[in-house]
Amino acid sequence: MIEISGLTKNFGPIAAVAGIDLKVVKGEVLGFLGPNGAGKSTTMKMIAGYLAPTSGRVSICGHDVENDTIAAQKSLGYLPEGAPAYGDMTPRQFLNFIAEVRGYSGKEAKERAAAAATKTELEAVLEQPIETLSKGFKRRVGLAQAILHDPPALVMDEPTDGLDPNQKHSVRKLIAAMAADKAIIISTHLLEEVEAVCTRAVIIDRGRIVADGTPAALLSRSRHHNAVTLSLPADQAAAAKARLEKEANVLSVEETSRVDGIATITAFPRASALIIEDLTALAAAERWDVKELYAEAGRLDEVFRALTTHDAQRVRERRQGAGA
Amino acid sequence: MKPVVAIFKREFLAYFATPLAYVFIVIFLLAMGAFTFYVGHFYDNGLAELSVFFGYHPWLYLFLVPAVGMRLWAEERRVGTVELLLTLPVPIWASVVGKFLAAWAFIGVALVLTFPIWITVNYLGQPDNGAIFASYVGSFLMAGGYLAICAAISASTSNQVIAFVVSVVVCFLFTIAGAPLVLDVFQAWAPVVLVNTISSFSFLTHFQAISSGVIDLRDLVFFGSLIALFLTVNVVLVDLKKTN
Repeated sequence: MIEISGLTKNFGPIAAVAGIDLKVVKGEVLGFLGPNGAGKSTTMKMIAGYLAPTSGRVSICGHDVENDTIAAQKSLGYLPEGAPAYGDMTPRQFLNFIAEVRGYSGKEAKERAAAAATKTELEAVLEQPIETLSKGFKRRVGLAQAILHDPPALVMDEPTDGLDPNQKHSVRKLIAAMAADKAIIISTHLLEEVEAVCTRAVIIDRGRIVADGTPAALLSRSRHHNAVTLSLPADQAAAAKARLEKEANVLSVEETSRVDGIATITAFPRASALIIEDLTALAAAERWDVKELYAEAGRLDEVFRALTTHDAQRVRERRQGAGA
Repeated sequence: MKPVVAIFKREFLAYFATPLAYVFIVIFLLAMGAFTFYVGHFYDNGLAELSVFFGYHPWLYLFLVPAVGMRLWAEERRVGTVELLLTLPVPIWASVVGKFLAAWAFIGVALVLTFPIWITVNYLGQPDNGAIFASYVGSFLMAGGYLAICAAISASTSNQVIAFVVSVVVCFLFTIAGAPLVLDVFQAWAPVVLVNTISSFSFLTHFQAISSGVIDLRDLVFFGSLIALFLTVNVVLVDLKKTN
């Protein structure tokens, strides 16, 4: 549905996007992750036909974005970064305008606008100028605009940025409800969001894809994947740590905290081995006074940090690259 | 055509959603009145005609049209709505034309609201209403010419102040293209054809021709093609920004 091949974009000497290939099909919700400045927004702008790529192709439902722009844009719903909207209009006027520009007229335009407003829970503010709305409502006006024509492809740049936890939850519910019959790309730097709504996660860094897989597959690359954490009285901690290190499948053991006489110890497995059962049995056999014991799925932020670079480092490298 | 109509409607109503429209219209009317009656001594002339009134139009447009035109694209760029507009399934020309027509219609509304002066001359005497009508048509066309220039300049920046200042300067040059200030620069070295061509771009010359009561096809073609030229430049500038 959305096909990207060899996409690059240079701003002067800087390569913001450096060869991205991606195919998103119906039913997929792709989480586009990356540090700020990694090229997420630039890629999305090119998908939407706002920026022309330096090289490479984007097609939406078979329509080439550069040569068949209007047809491609008809099949696409796009929420730009920051959800821009005409502040002097009310959400009702704004959505009616979008409906008319998208070719609906009269009653159908009004119905489309009303349906989009209902889906994004905007009814309460329909008659207030957009510039007077809170950040959460503004973002949802942008969302409503993007889904108004029920597009087969949907690209949203940080759809939940600036929303409170309740609003985030309802937006994620909305995305999940639409997921079955659309190809969706959302960019975010909230890692929890990927686990909450995405069926696939792509991490980009310095304009290149550095990881592509299901959220679970990404988690399995974490050091914490299948690690076991247990809490027990501090006086047993040293002995427990020494005992755990002797286990065949345990690679290393770390004490992570000590609060109110309770120590927390994490045992990292060798080659992602499942060690929870062995360690539970061990704790019982050794008669440790265990307060808490659980296996971890993995930490996405750890994977993210391992795969991407810090912004200051990127700027340094760019300078060196430009100087060379 | 549908998107052009939708964009026209949105833009036109946007003027009236903010104080901009009212401030502009009031200042336009006050300035027209002040120039006509105090600077132009409309009553003292004792003539039932509006040439004094129309004579000030180019000079007022010089500042007021850039004030309307500067926001057309620069504002969208600054707020970021241009990204929304250009990712809707609308050809760039449709956005350019819709925006231009809305601003032009808005200036048209301000121009129509000067009708009391037309009633006044008709009350005071028997003016040549044909000439007055021609002058209104000419004035409106000239406003369209200025506006097309301003819209194109607005498309090249996200800073409204820059758009305004550059627009005033460019409009000024077009206004007085036939005057020595401009022609002297070229006369010494340029071939006569070029000097004549430059002088033929003078808004003043074409407007004065129409306000004399003769709507000559050449003057219509001049303003028409000038508008078309700058709208094309506008489309090209918006399209060029896509690559950067």
